[in-house]
Amino acid sequence: MSTPVRTSRRSSIRGGEAASGWLFTAPMIVLLGMFLVIPVLMALWVSFSDWNGRGSPFSASVSFVGVDNYSALLGGGGLAEQDFGTALRNNAWYVLLVVPIQTMLSLFLAVLVNRQILRGRGFFRTAFYFPSVTSSVAITVLWLFLFSSTGAVNKLLSFIGVNGPNWFNDPSGVLHNILGAFGVETGPAALTGNTFLGISFWEWLAGPSVAMSAFILMAVFTTSGTFMLLFIAALQNLSGEVVEAAMMDGANGWQRFWRVTLPQLRPTLFTVLTLGLIGAWQVFDQIYTGTQGGPGKTTLTPAYLSYQTAFTNQAWGQGAAIAFILFVIIVFFTLFQRWLLAERKVSARRMRPYLQTPAGGSK
Amino acid sequence: MSTTVRTRVRTQSPSQRLKSLGREQLPTRLIAGRSLLYAMLIVLAIIYIAPFLIQVATSFKTDADAASNPMALIPETWSSAAYQRLFLNSDFPVWFQNSAIVTVFVTLGRVFFNSLAGYALARLHFRGRNVIFALLIAVMSVPGVVLLIPKFLVINQLGIYDTYVAMIVPLLTDAAGVFIMKNFFESIPASVEEQARIDGAGTFRVFWSIVLPMARPALVTIIILSFQGSWNELSHFIVATQSPELTTLTKGVASLASGQLSQGTQYPLKLAAAAIMTIPVAVMFFIFQKRIMNTTDGAVKE
Repeated sequence: MSTPVRTSRRSSIRGGEAASGWLFTAPMIVLLGMFLVIPVLMALWVSFSDWNGRGSPFSASVSFVGVDNYSALLGGGGLAEQDFGTALRNNAWYVLLVVPIQTMLSLFLAVLVNRQILRGRGFFRTAFYFPSVTSSVAITVLWLFLFSSTGAVNKLLSFIGVNGPNWFNDPSGVLHNILGAFGVETGPAALTGNTFLGISFWEWLAGPSVAMSAFILMAVFTTSGTFMLLFIAALQNLSGEVVEAAMMDGANGWQRFWRVTLPQLRPTLFTVLTLGLIGAWQVFDQIYTGTQGGPGKTTLTPAYLSYQTAFTNQAWGQGAAIAFILFVIIVFFTLFQRWLLAERKVSARRMRPYLQTPAGGSK
Repeated sequence: MSTTVRTRVRTQSPSQRLKSLGREQLPTRLIAGRSLLYAMLIVLAIIYIAPFLIQVATSFKTDADAASNPMALIPETWSSAAYQRLFLNSDFPVWFQNSAIVTVFVTLGRVFFNSLAGYALARLHFRGRNVIFALLIAVMSVPGVVLLIPKFLVINQLGIYDTYVAMIVPLLTDAAGVFIMKNFFESIPASVEEQARIDGAGTFRVFWSIVLPMARPALVTIIILSFQGSWNELSHFIVATQSPELTTLTKGVASLASGQLSQGTQYPLKLAAAAIMTIPVAVMFFIFQKRIMNTTDGAVKE
């Protein structure tokens, strides 16, 4: 074979590659473009329009209304603002409780199950992971039964003499209930008199309702297994040497975990917190299946409100606007968290002990 | 190799520390610690498993029994009324069939399209590849719930609302899956396919008969994820369909939960429906159990 033939053949391969590159990615580009990019752009237009669901949103009868839909939600003073405020309040408490609890629990489970010598390791992992594979609809149905007024949870509570609440029908806020136990029934005027997004500050501080608490427990139950697997993987990738060195220096198990293992898990911790946060702001399936926002709108979430506003009330512009505000919230919290957990320069004082070791430490 | 070193080191040093401590007191302390660990694990495992046992048990109870003995794992009187009702007197078989149809097509589609795109992004050199990849990452960061209204708008505009096409086609590929396949193809050596290409095989030939068979582990991951994802999907079907003939299990069982088809609470019926819809994903999980547990290891390792 002579050289010129070779080069021409080579270039034809490269030429073919460009064509097949586009050909291979074409289905993905078309599908994602058609059902993800274009829809988002369409919804963005709808959120600035007064489309009522009839006909095409691009027809001449639909007009541009500027930021009307957004301002109705963020300061209209009407029911729309109040519902949106309520939904944000509910979901904020949900996030505030679900994300830390599921992260701690999954890390705890991972540490327990990651022991070198542990009988039935596979069994325990399977047990903890199994709830994660089931669908949110099936779990919600199960939860509605377990937490019904005559359900298993209340039966269990009755064994220890506690009269359980009627979980999914109880709109009272948990924090308000705790304060009520101490005789505080109404908040100070400064809190009850002033409002934010149509909800008084006292109502913002109500805590999750009893009904929402049951959903919070459900979220922890179903997600801890997935995150446990992430932590197990990270724990197995840690080098034993650092822990070993700490052990030699006389650190006990508790110190080793907090000072040595946990700092090394930082990247995984970041992943788990981010995924948890993104997931916890998108509560939809459970509400759709279980409570439809009730009791007393205390399980209303922005995601469900967006659906309800558009599909049930036919206020499509407002529904789309809620979705975009939710999008902004999720992006904001993700970035905020990234900033919070970012690797910072360690101060000189904290660095000193490490600077002295290299001579002895590195072989 | 590294693991053997690690275990050796690990077992060595506690034994050294053992020597420095009293010989008598340690075994009891060790046993106490170990029993505490097991006790804790067993209690946790019971908490995680009990709900599912109660679910299955309750589905065989009568309505009255379910209300009065919510925790009993053995029904007072065995009753298969819930299952008979579901299979003989409701739309449940239709729901199951629809879920199965969608899951099969979506899984096949994702296996093919994700690996095709992942391979191109990992291996083929062409102009615009980086742009496509950047867009893919951007698309991945859009939260799914935000897409409810947008998806409906496009499906409606295309005139495919309330059809199988609307249920299946939008799910045929997913950005995360493409990303997984791309990462996998980058991790395997290019020498084999280069050899085949020098021998004159076309790009698709190389992909189909050489690269794809090597990608089995990643493909299994895609199969697991898309099977589970499409079987458990709810929101997409809510916005894509409305007619009863196109109702999937998730949508149907959700409507059961909110009280259609039933007077009274009817927990055995609802729990039976939820239990049956869990079976396929549970079977899938137990078949690929080893893989699922290892997949995440591999996915995070990098």
